[in-house]
Amino acid sequence: MVETKRFFFDLPKGSRPKPGNTWKAPAGTTNVRDFQIYRWDPDQGGNPRIDTYQVDLDKCGPMVLDALIKIKNEVDPTLTFRRSCREGICGSCAVNINGTNTLSCIKPIDDVKQGPVRVNPLPHMPVVKDLVPDLSLAYAQLRSVEPWLKADTPAPPDSERLQSLEERARLDGLWECILCFCCTTSCPSYWWNGDRYLGPATLLAAYRWISDSRDEATGERLDALKDPFKLYRCHTIFNCTEACPKGLNPAKAIGEIKLQLLEREG
Amino acid sequence: MPDPKGLKIETMRSTLSRARGLGAANTGVQEWWMQRLTSLALIPLTLWFVFSLVQLTGAPYAVVHAWAGTPIHATLLLALIAITFQHMRMGVQTIAEDYIHGTTVRLTLTLAVKAASLLLALAATIAVLKLAIAG
Repeated sequence: MVETKRFFFDLPKGSRPKPGNTWKAPAGTTNVRDFQIYRWDPDQGGNPRIDTYQVDLDKCGPMVLDALIKIKNEVDPTLTFRRSCREGICGSCAVNINGTNTLSCIKPIDDVKQGPVRVNPLPHMPVVKDLVPDLSLAYAQLRSVEPWLKADTPAPPDSERLQSLEERARLDGLWECILCFCCTTSCPSYWWNGDRYLGPATLLAAYRWISDSRDEATGERLDALKDPFKLYRCHTIFNCTEACPKGLNPAKAIGEIKLQLLEREG
Repeated sequence: MPDPKGLKIETMRSTLSRARGLGAANTGVQEWWMQRLTSLALIPLTLWFVFSLVQLTGAPYAVVHAWAGTPIHATLLLALIAITFQHMRMGVQTIAEDYIHGTTVRLTLTLAVKAASLLLALAATIAVLKLAIAG
């Protein structure tokens, strides 16, 4: 666990990135793009640095993840990042690209505006190494809302628990979340109060089960969220919705939770 | 002890224990709802107040006194005062909860804001009552 003391008006010691190495493209390449990548090695400690890799786009796949893999395979094997499915369904490769959290596997390099492609780890999370953030508290927060079916009524012995088409349709826009935490780590409320505020990804998951017609623990779920910090740190600034690489709307889901809590008060 | 790699372990509690924390406070709905309601109420009240002030610009004391002393104007002024200071209290308290992490400092500031809002609201209320009742 990296020390995370808070400081007024300044970044914690050792957190400001410094310029790092430049890895030039081989001579004779014409279609070159600079990738400026955040590097931090726990074995060396000290400040993080920004390394620049010149990538030959003529010999690289179209996505930012393709460039990261090319760098790791051909230039610098020490570059560390998470990736798995390379098609936007596993959520492993979430990083911050030129200021926006997104999945590097479905972010075309051509979509990044002129100038260098800047790749940083998801903001305001402890860094394990390079582009790998420590998401263990965020995963535990997800676990804390118990994102699974809770029902006292036994399932019918000869069939699934049934839903009407309308009831099933209510889960659309909620079940598609892949838990990449692009939204949660784009939220200033989560940056400042991430130890208590659950964050948009977890609240979207909570609302997915609050909305499920088969679930019998709706009141209990609402009870667990009725808290000035766990839920009401959301000030509806929509960074989450803006960031979501799957096009979901966590801000709306949080708003719906607040409306249901209000409805319950009478 | 020096900690050059920043690897100091602050807690050995499980992440789930940290995530659950002290549990839900079972409050927040009314506070959130009042933030919305006071915001809505302040739109017409503030417009009315600013419009009235513009109308009264340059008017002699007696005219302003008479304007504020009528039952309708006094009622609206009292509503404006109550809702403004309630809204202010909630706004500043939210800022404190967002940005201040030490419990002692945050609680002290929150209490100070509550006290200041209450006293300012009472002072403004007495001023209006004086105009409306004492004449």
